[in-house]
Amino acid sequence: MNGYLEFEKPVAQLEARIAELRSSAEDDSVDISSEISRLEIKSAALLASTYASLTPWQKTQVARHPRRPHFRDYVEHTFDDFLPLGGDRYYGEDEAILGGFAKLGDRRVMLIGHEKGHDTESRLRHNFGMGKPEGYRKAIRLMELAGRFGLPVITLVDTSGAFPGIEAEERGQAEAIARSTEACLALPVPMVAAIVGEGGSGGAVALASANRVLMLEHAVYSVISPEGCASILWRTAEKASDAAQAMKVTSHDLEKLGVIDRIVMEPSGGAHRDHTLAGELLGEALETELASLAAMSSEQVIRQREDRFLSISG
Amino acid sequence: MNWFTRVRNTLPFIGKRDTPDNLWIKCPNCQDMVFVKEYEENLSVCPNCGHHGRIGADRRLEILLDEGYDVLPQPQVTEDPLKFKDTKRYVDRLKQARAKNPHRDAFTVGSGTIEGKPAVVGVQDFGFMGGSMGMAVGAAFCNGAQKALDRRAAYIVVTAAGGARMQEGILSLMQMPKATVMTRRLKEAGLPYIVVLSDPTTGGVTASYAMLGDIHMAEPGALIGFAGQRVIQDTIREQLPDGFQRAEYLYRHGMVDLVVERKDMRGTLSDLLEYLQPQAAA
Repeated sequence: MNGYLEFEKPVAQLEARIAELRSSAEDDSVDISSEISRLEIKSAALLASTYASLTPWQKTQVARHPRRPHFRDYVEHTFDDFLPLGGDRYYGEDEAILGGFAKLGDRRVMLIGHEKGHDTESRLRHNFGMGKPEGYRKAIRLMELAGRFGLPVITLVDTSGAFPGIEAEERGQAEAIARSTEACLALPVPMVAAIVGEGGSGGAVALASANRVLMLEHAVYSVISPEGCASILWRTAEKASDAAQAMKVTSHDLEKLGVIDRIVMEPSGGAHRDHTLAGELLGEALETELASLAAMSSEQVIRQREDRFLSISG
Repeated sequence: MNWFTRVRNTLPFIGKRDTPDNLWIKCPNCQDMVFVKEYEENLSVCPNCGHHGRIGADRRLEILLDEGYDVLPQPQVTEDPLKFKDTKRYVDRLKQARAKNPHRDAFTVGSGTIEGKPAVVGVQDFGFMGGSMGMAVGAAFCNGAQKALDRRAAYIVVTAAGGARMQEGILSLMQMPKATVMTRRLKEAGLPYIVVLSDPTTGGVTASYAMLGDIHMAEPGALIGFAGQRVIQDTIREQLPDGFQRAEYLYRHGMVDLVVERKDMRGTLSDLLEYLQPQAAA
């Protein structure tokens, strides 16, 4: 597979060597299968150990990996019968934030999340997962709809941030984000959010003010991008690695701080190496969390969510 | 701050001051030299061009509330939860900010009345680390809201912030939903929540409690927005329109109800409170 990250070079070299051996094994009759399997074990172990000790900045790169599963991949591997719903009824349809009805196992849910796109055409169409006011207003509409019909809400958060642009400001980006956060907190039904890639600032929290907040093992969640933080505090974006370290952006750090409730493990070497397994692991975690909330009354659901955020104290 | 104050502040053997200590001040907008006494009597608004200067929390409370209000104690929060260090340690930045400010953090709450009507006023001070929202700001905002709930009073918040306090990382971001829990409780309790946007109000503060008011007022010329102008320019590579993200621009785009001069703020708030009297809880 292509698209190796810088720190994956040793793994890339091993995998290239394996591929080379494989093709030469087809050419002549010398049996080198034992050598291949020896290298495969070595490569898998190296991949696992590399990913067990990623730095926060390396995790940021994994979270942004172009092949990392995005919303539409989870729709395929985690959910059934997705029925997309469009538009905010005021201005337009923002494809950076998708939403609609879906089934998670036997459960009918409202599914909402950021979609970054996977190639140039789709990245432009989805605006790289950077939502505009109409995207957040669509999310609000869908959350309210879910609330009225007793459907639990699941959100998949994956954005570098809400879109910074003239028109977004003119149409009230800040207000849309604030109202979306408010809509999360007002939901009379259970809500589970999963940070699946990048959880970027207000654009993320607007869809993540939930009863339970899950985070994929190698996802990152922060108040500003490491580059942004570095350019403000260190006055150079080149200190992004230091900023990522200092801000505590990883799932393990955020679990310790009480900001997230559960880490969802990823396939060895990251979710981008196995979309199917990543989707299944996420599905299991979401089902467990929804089951744990199912017995709560509307009042209890709202109260638990409020207490969750009031009590975060570092 | 004029050249004398600037020079003075660089001298290691004299204490720093953030207030002008001589007779004249230069308006940052029209560059006019204004008599300090006149400037202060004019509520730190330039008498020549009407530019609204930034003011501290105490002065703001004094301007808005009737005499005899209480200032709530600063809430206790975990200090420097991330043990954050960039080119400087966060604890040192805090120490520095505190040396220059009468308050321990950027949000101060006064509880009293406005022309006799019960009101709790929360003020964010840009002078304290750019007004940035960390756990202390979030906690103080919530305390103010709770005070309003307890007293069945209006909650008025004067915002000013560059955004979230990066040195508290994700915990600063968590203040957005936290504050929103409280604005919802005010709404449910039938109490008015009024936002006064002052210069500048940007980032996570705008994208949470600053945009959830029953009424939004803004001071003339105040910079109000979600994204920073440089970030927008770097993203879209276009010239920003004149007056972009200024109070009047937000008014034209339907984001604020009123642009009100500082001298009229108290009277306007009082008028609004006549209409927005506490209602039975929802």
